[in-house]
Amino acid sequence: MNPVPDIYRILPEVVLACTGVLVMLIDATLPSRTARRPLGWVAALGTTLALWASLWQLSLPQGTGFFGTVETSSFTVFFHVLICGIVLVTLLLTLDTLPADSHHQGEFYALVVFGAVGMCLLTSAVELLLVFIALEISSISTYILAGYRKNTDRGPEAAIKYFLLGSFATGFLLYGIALIFGATGTTQVYEAARLIAASPNRTFVVAGLGLMLIGILFKVSAAPFHLWTPDVYEGAPTPAVALMSTAPKAAAFALLLRVVYELFPALHSLWQPLLWAVAVLSMTVGNLAALRQQNVKRMLAYSSIAHAGYLLAAFAGFGTSGIAAAAFYTAAYAAMNVGIFAVVTLVGGYDEAHSMVEDYRGLIYRSPLLGSLLIFFLVSLVGIPFTGGFFGKFYSFSAAVDGGAVALAIIGLLNSGLAAAYYLRLALTAAQRPAASAEPARPTAEIGVAVGAALLLAVSVTLSLGIIPNEVLRAAESAAHTLQSPPSPVLNPAHIPGDLTEPPLRP
Amino acid sequence: MNSIDQSILTLLLLVPLAGAILVALTPDRTKLPNWIALLTSLVTFGLTLHLPAHFVAGQSGFQFEINRSWIDRPAIFYHVGIDGLSLWLVVLVGLLAPVGIVASWNAIRERRKVFFALFLIQQTAMFGVFLSLDLMLYYGFWELSLVPMAILIAMYGRKDGPKAATKFFLFTFIPSAPLLVAILWLYARTGSFDFVTLQILIAHGQFAAGALCWCAIAFLFAFAVKVPIFPLHGWLADSFSEAPVALAMVIAGKLGLYSMLRFHIGLFPAQARAAAPYVIALAVIGILYGACLALAQRDFWRLLAFAALSHLSLMVLGLYGFTLNGSTGAVYQILSHGLVDAALFLLLGSLYDRYASSQINAYGGLASRLPRTATLFVIATLTMIGLPMLSGFVGEFLVLSSTFGGVSRAWASLAALGVILGAAYMLWLVQRIFYGSLSDLTSSRPALDLGFGQLLILCPLAVLMLLLGLAPNLWLPTIQFGVHPTGARLIGLVIEPGTHPYALPTVSQEGGQR
Repeated sequence: MNPVPDIYRILPEVVLACTGVLVMLIDATLPSRTARRPLGWVAALGTTLALWASLWQLSLPQGTGFFGTVETSSFTVFFHVLICGIVLVTLLLTLDTLPADSHHQGEFYALVVFGAVGMCLLTSAVELLLVFIALEISSISTYILAGYRKNTDRGPEAAIKYFLLGSFATGFLLYGIALIFGATGTTQVYEAARLIAASPNRTFVVAGLGLMLIGILFKVSAAPFHLWTPDVYEGAPTPAVALMSTAPKAAAFALLLRVVYELFPALHSLWQPLLWAVAVLSMTVGNLAALRQQNVKRMLAYSSIAHAGYLLAAFAGFGTSGIAAAAFYTAAYAAMNVGIFAVVTLVGGYDEAHSMVEDYRGLIYRSPLLGSLLIFFLVSLVGIPFTGGFFGKFYSFSAAVDGGAVALAIIGLLNSGLAAAYYLRLALTAAQRPAASAEPARPTAEIGVAVGAALLLAVSVTLSLGIIPNEVLRAAESAAHTLQSPPSPVLNPAHIPGDLTEPPLRP
Repeated sequence: MNSIDQSILTLLLLVPLAGAILVALTPDRTKLPNWIALLTSLVTFGLTLHLPAHFVAGQSGFQFEINRSWIDRPAIFYHVGIDGLSLWLVVLVGLLAPVGIVASWNAIRERRKVFFALFLIQQTAMFGVFLSLDLMLYYGFWELSLVPMAILIAMYGRKDGPKAATKFFLFTFIPSAPLLVAILWLYARTGSFDFVTLQILIAHGQFAAGALCWCAIAFLFAFAVKVPIFPLHGWLADSFSEAPVALAMVIAGKLGLYSMLRFHIGLFPAQARAAAPYVIALAVIGILYGACLALAQRDFWRLLAFAALSHLSLMVLGLYGFTLNGSTGAVYQILSHGLVDAALFLLLGSLYDRYASSQINAYGGLASRLPRTATLFVIATLTMIGLPMLSGFVGEFLVLSSTFGGVSRAWASLAALGVILGAAYMLWLVQRIFYGSLSDLTSSRPALDLGFGQLLILCPLAVLMLLLGLAPNLWLPTIQFGVHPTGARLIGLVIEPGTHPYALPTVSQEGGQR
C-alpha cells in the first residue's frame, strides 16, 4: 500500500488552486474602487508557497498517488519548480506593469495561478485523461490571458486564433489518447507502455502516437504547427507572453518527454526521426522568418519557435542524456525568455506603442540599465558562453551528437549563427546612438520593487546557469533518471487488461 | 610558490571584472567611472608585471598554473597557466588597458559607465583567451571577447556603428561554430578538453588522420578570420574605422595569432604543416594585397586597417614557416605591432577628435602646428616600417630571414617587397598629413597639441619601441623557449609516452628545412 497520503502528491497544485480561488473571492468582495494590486502579492505569495511545497516533495519517496494518476519524482519536482518560478516572475512583472485602472486586474492574477495549476498537473500526471484535463486547465487560462487587452484590435484576434487552433490541437491529443485506450484498454501511462511494448499489432498505437505528437507539438509551437505563435504573441499583453512563451511550453515539453520516453519507448525508431525532422524544420523556419521581422514581439515569437527546435534536438540523444539536456534547456530558455519579455514590457509599455525594432534605437543611452539587460538576455539567446543559453544549446547538441545525429548538431549550430544576426540587430540597435532629430525623449518606465525583483531573478538564473550549472544539471539528470526507470506499476484494481492477452503484472 | 603566485592568474581575470561591476554601480555624471577604470587597469597592469618578475625562465611547462574542476559533466576544468609564449602577450594586454582608458578619457563623453564597464569586461575576456588551457574555457573567453567589442562599436561608431559591429560579430561568430564542433569531437574521442592532455594524445596518433585533418581545418578557419588572413579580412576595415580608439588597438591580430600558434600549430602540428604551403601563399598575398590597398586609401583608418592586414600576414608567414626563428620573430612582432598600433591609433584618434575628419587629403602641414604629435607619429611610423634599432625591425628581420633560409626564397623576396611598400604608404601618409602646406581644415581650427595625459602614455610607448628594438635579448629567450616545443616537434622529435610535451631537449639550431 502507499504510505504517502495522496494529498501530498498534489500539494503544490492544491496550494496554487487555493491561492487562485482566494484571489478570485477577494476580488469579487472588494469594492470596485479599491486597487487590485495587493491581490498580485497574494498570488505571488501563494506561488512561492507552491514552489516550496514542490521542493518539499523531494523528501517523499518516488511514487504515484490517487490510484496511479499522479506521480511525484525528481522529474515532476524539477518542472514544478521551474513552472512556479516562471509564474512567480510573471506575477512580479505584472504587478508593476499592469496599469492601476486596468479592468479585471484581479482576474489576471487568478488566471495566471489557475494556469499554473494546470501546467504543474500536466508534468505530474501519469494518466492520459488527467493529462488532457490538466492541459485544458492550463490552455483555457492562457486563451483568456491572450485576449486580456480586449479594447485593442489585436487582443481578441489573438485570443480567438489561439482558442480555435488550440482546441483543435487538443482535439488531436484527445483522439490520440482514445486510440491508445482502444489499443491497450488503459490510460495509465506505465500500464499502457507495458502493453504497447508487448503488443504485436501496432496500427492504432502508431496512429495514437502521431495524433498525440501533433497535439503536443502544437503546444510547444514547433514547426509546422507554429502558425499561431506570432499573431498570438503580438496581440497578447507582454507579461502574459512572458508566461505563455515559457511555462506552458515547459509543461508541454515535460509531457512530450513523458509521452515519448515513458509511453512510447517501444516506438523509439518511429518518433525519433520524426522529432529530428520537426527540430530541423522548427529552427530553420523560425530563424528565417525571424530575420525579416520588424516587430520585436513577432521576432521573439519566431525565435521561440527556433528555440523549440534546438530543444527538440536533444530528443535525438540517448535516454538519460537527452532528457537531462531537454530539461536543462527548458530551464535556461525559460530564464532568458522571461527576462527578455520583462525588458520588452518595460520598454514597450502596456499600450505597446513602441514595439518596433527601430523604437529600441538608443535604448542604452536613454536607460543604461534596461539597455544592458536587453543586450544581456539577447546575448544569452544567441548562446554566448557564461550565460544559460550557451549551456542549454551545448547540452542539447552534445546529446544529439551522442545519439549519432551529427548532422542535426551542425544544422543547429549553423542556425544559431543565423539567429545571431537578428538578435544582434536588436541588440546593436539598442546600443546605437539615438537619432539626432529624435522627438523629445520619452520617459522610460520606472523600475519598481516587484519588477526589479523579477529582473534580478531572471538575470541571476541566466547567469548562474552559465557559470555554475552543476546543481541544475544534477537535478536534470536525476529527473532524467526517474523518467528512465519508472516505478513498478501500481496495483490498480480498476484496471481491466484490454483485448491484448498479457501477463497481469510485473513481479 | 607563495600564495600570490597560486592565485595571480585568477586575480588577473577577476580584478577587471570587479572593476567593471564597480564602474557599473557608480553614477554617470562625473568622471568617477573614468577614474575607477583607470585605477583598475593600473592595478591589473601591476599584477601582470608580477608575472615576468616571478617567471622562472627556462623552466618547461606552464607556470602559475591553476587546475580546478569547474563543471562536472562534461568535464570542464578551470585550467589556466602561462608560458613563454603567452607571458609577454599578457603583459601587453595589461599595458594597453590604461593606454586605452587614457585615450578614451575625453573622447568618450556619453555613457562613460557603459563604455568603461564593457572595456574592462573585454580585458577579462582577452586575459582569459591568453591564459586558458582548457579548450572549453578558452572557447568561452574567445566568444565572450566578441560581445563587448560589438556593443561598443555599435555604441560609439563614427558613422554606421551597428553595421560594422554586425560584420565584426558575424565574421567571428560563424566560424566559431565549426570550432566548437571540432572541440566537441575531440572531447567525444578523448573525454578531455585539457590542452596538455590533448596535445599528448594527438601526438601519439590515436586519431583517424582524416577526421583530425577536418578538426585542424576548423581551428585554422576560426583563427584565420580573427587574425585576419587574406580572403577573410572583410570585417577589418569597417571595424577599424568605426571602433573607438581604445578598442581598435586590440581588435585584430593578437588573439588570432596567439590562438594559431597555441591551438592550431600546438595541437595539430602535422596537419598544420600540411596546411602550411597554402597558409604561406595566402599570407604573402595578404602582405602584398594589404600593402597595395593601403597605398590606395584616402581614409586613414582604412589605411591603417590594410596596413595591419599586411603586417599581420607577415606574422602568419613567420608562424607557418615552421622555423624557430620565424615563430619567435612573429611573436615578437605581435608585441611590437601592439605597441605601434596603439600609438598610431592614439595619435590619429586625437587628430580625429580635433578635426573630425579621417580623410587624409583634408590634412596637411600639421608638423609646424602640432610638433609633438608629428614627432611621436614619425617615431611610430619608423617603428612600423621596421627601421633598425626600433622594435619593428627585430621581428620583421627574424621572420624574413628565416623564411629566406628555411622556407622559400621566392616567398621571402615577395614578402620583402611588401615591407618596401609598407615604407611607401606609411611615409606617404606622414607626408600628406604633417608636411606640405596647411589645408583649409588644418588652418581653420585652433591647433591643440597633445595634452599631458596623452604624452604620459605615448612617451612610454615610444620608449618601449626603442627598448624592444635595442635590447631584444631581454625578451627573445623567453619567447623562444615558449615557442620552441612547437618548432621542436616539427623537426621530427618524438614525445616519449608519459613525459610532459614541454620537457624536450633544447633545440639550438634552426629547424624546419623543407
